[in-house]
Amino acid sequence: MSDKVTAYVRTEMLEEKAPPSLNTGPLGWIRENLFPNWFSSILTLVSLWIIYKMLVAFIPWAFGGVWNASSLNECREILQGVDAACWAVIHERFWQLMYGFYPDHLYWRPNLALILLIVALVPVLFEGAPRKLLWISVATPFVGPWLLWGGTIWTPVAAALGFVVGIAVYRLTASALSNLAGLVLGPLAAVIWWILLAGRFSDLVSSILPLGIEPVESRMFGGFMLAITLGITGIAASFPLGIILALGRQSNLIIVKTLSVGFIEFIRGVPLITLLFVAQVMLAYFLPKGTDFDIILRVMIMITLFAAAYMAEVIRGGLAALPKGQYEAADALGLNYWQAQRLIIMPQALKIAIPGIVSTFIGLFKDTTLVSIIGLADPIGWVKFIQADAAWNGIVWELYGFVALVFFIICFSMSRYSMYLERKLETGHK
Amino acid sequence: MSEVEFDHHADRSRMQVSDEVAIEVVNMNKWYGSFHVLRDINLTVNRGERIVICGPSGSGKSTLIRCMNRLEEHQEGKIIVDGIELTSDLKNIDKVRREVGMVFQHFNLFPHLTILENCTLAPIWVRKTPRREAEETAMHFLEKVKIPEQAHKYPGQLSGGQQQRVAIARSLCMKPRIMLFDEPTSALDPEMIKEVLDTMIELAEEGMTMLVVTHEMGFAKEVANRVIFMDAGQIVEQNEPEEFFSNPQSERTKLFLSQIL
Ligand SMILES: Nc1ncnc2c1ncn2[C@@H]1O[C@H](COP(=O)(O)OP(=O)(O)OP(=O)(O)O)[C@@H](O)[C@H]1O
Ligand SMILES: [Mg+2]
Repeated sequence: MSDKVTAYVRTEMLEEKAPPSLNTGPLGWIRENLFPNWFSSILTLVSLWIIYKMLVAFIPWAFGGVWNASSLNECREILQGVDAACWAVIHERFWQLMYGFYPDHLYWRPNLALILLIVALVPVLFEGAPRKLLWISVATPFVGPWLLWGGTIWTPVAAALGFVVGIAVYRLTASALSNLAGLVLGPLAAVIWWILLAGRFSDLVSSILPLGIEPVESRMFGGFMLAITLGITGIAASFPLGIILALGRQSNLIIVKTLSVGFIEFIRGVPLITLLFVAQVMLAYFLPKGTDFDIILRVMIMITLFAAAYMAEVIRGGLAALPKGQYEAADALGLNYWQAQRLIIMPQALKIAIPGIVSTFIGLFKDTTLVSIIGLADPIGWVKFIQADAAWNGIVWELYGFVALVFFIICFSMSRYSMYLERKLETGHK
Repeated sequence: MSEVEFDHHADRSRMQVSDEVAIEVVNMNKWYGSFHVLRDINLTVNRGERIVICGPSGSGKSTLIRCMNRLEEHQEGKIIVDGIELTSDLKNIDKVRREVGMVFQHFNLFPHLTILENCTLAPIWVRKTPRREAEETAMHFLEKVKIPEQAHKYPGQLSGGQQQRVAIARSLCMKPRIMLFDEPTSALDPEMIKEVLDTMIELAEEGMTMLVVTHEMGFAKEVANRVIFMDAGQIVEQNEPEEFFSNPQSERTKLFLSQIL
């Protein structure tokens, strides 16, 4: 090695040049991504061949299918030995797959509930929606179930009053005793109201002023309506519960922390189906005799608890990713714990956790199909009923394919929404 | 350490120290587990004082100023800020935090909020200032730190020096009576250090009580009325800046100064 340095001074700056043409345009893309070397080229060709074979088999089967027939045998007669789908089963049983035994003159009620829910979600999901819509968001949790189950209007009113009672007790005790006392007594008062008093209240008022719509029993619920009802309540309830559990797990209060960790670890250690069996059989033993605790409600609670445990862990991941400086800055500015959580910590932690949160939602929605095992008539339950019918005995692909397609559309939309949300919340940091 | 050239020299005649006590620390001790991090700290800060704290890494400088707004809790002795003693009483802690602003080494701006929102958040939620008024105050202080045009950007879109000036403005929006700075320039490139120090000099000229942990000795000479040298959790030496730099007394101080100057 010599110590001599070759001096160099650039005299002219270089102009910007276009990239070599091979890498641009559709041809460049194909060449670079599909045929970069002989091994990849072979893989590409083999894959194309497999896709071609599948489409050649699938397209005539699906599009050559029969739509009008009243049994599998009739389908076969029409097709005369051609191998094609018998969509007639979907055509004939469509409404049952969608609504179960829900009375058909009342279909408008679940439909209206769904529309209400979509309107209620707009101000939550999208920025810049009119603030007035928030009232619909607040009313929907009470009006929605009432539309589904019907009965007296006083039941949802009594349920809503529980929140009023809880908040009133919180306000009173928080100012008279302490904030902590309020946080304990407020929710306690609400729970006491719901369990002991709400029923009597609505009975009493409806005996004086009977206002209501035709009731529909839970066993009539079925099909996608049931799956969507379970999925949406599960999602709506497990999200706040998951946040509380995640915060509880980080708490300095040893009891809160132990309870949160214990709950999360227990629930995560148990298969959902066991919890559903518990909901089906056991829960009835723990409740006072004579309380008629709806099976769908029991299942909803179990699905919610199950998803909340996973949600808590996903959110904890988001919390862990936040630098300590964010907490310190919030503290130094004088924000209290809840303000710091709501304004600084959660908006960032939840944003980080969006992919995990949405995965949990999607998982929850698909897991609702497990309720068919405990005898509820969700779409999978209905597939089995229809298969048990002599007219459609032996039909498989069409039914499961249809159910899968509807699930896919819903789950894929959720996943796309999560990507939209991630892009919207991107503020160019890190 | 290189010294920064300042455009305009600080006008010391405007920096008045009053007799009123702003912070009083008496026989304060703090441990991290069994590690004795702060030992017998006694310190009185009068209103209007500009104190620079320096010392080797790990000597407890950050811990000391973080005790003054209770980001860290001390186990023995007393800390009285603005006449309020810091104990585990949350109400007192909240009161003190409203009066004391803090600027961090890594800015700690809220990345999901715009610059303006960063500045109005605490006034609106803690001081219950109406939004309109909070925004006017915020714009006033953003002008003061010379970045009003960035108000609607996000922190991630600003340079380090700009972010630190926003952090200073954010603290000032709470109208604090005392400002704590923990190495505000040590995460910055040289050309940005100056813009931040200039802002701090202006603040000193307005009579703000300031405790500044820094190794910028130029800043200490320019504005400080007292320099405190810490080592191993203790205050080893304190003096006027002239004396401190030209005539250090303890061996530890001499060693430290020889390493950084
Ligand atoms: N949370 C903590 N738990 C345990 N030890 C800690 C903690 N924070 C700081 N320490 C220790 O306390 C001592 C003092 O830390 P401190 O951050 O106050 O030092 P410093 O003087 O600010 O140093 P630097 O110039 O590196 O910032 C160090 O030895 C550090 O390792
Ligand atoms: Mg430090």
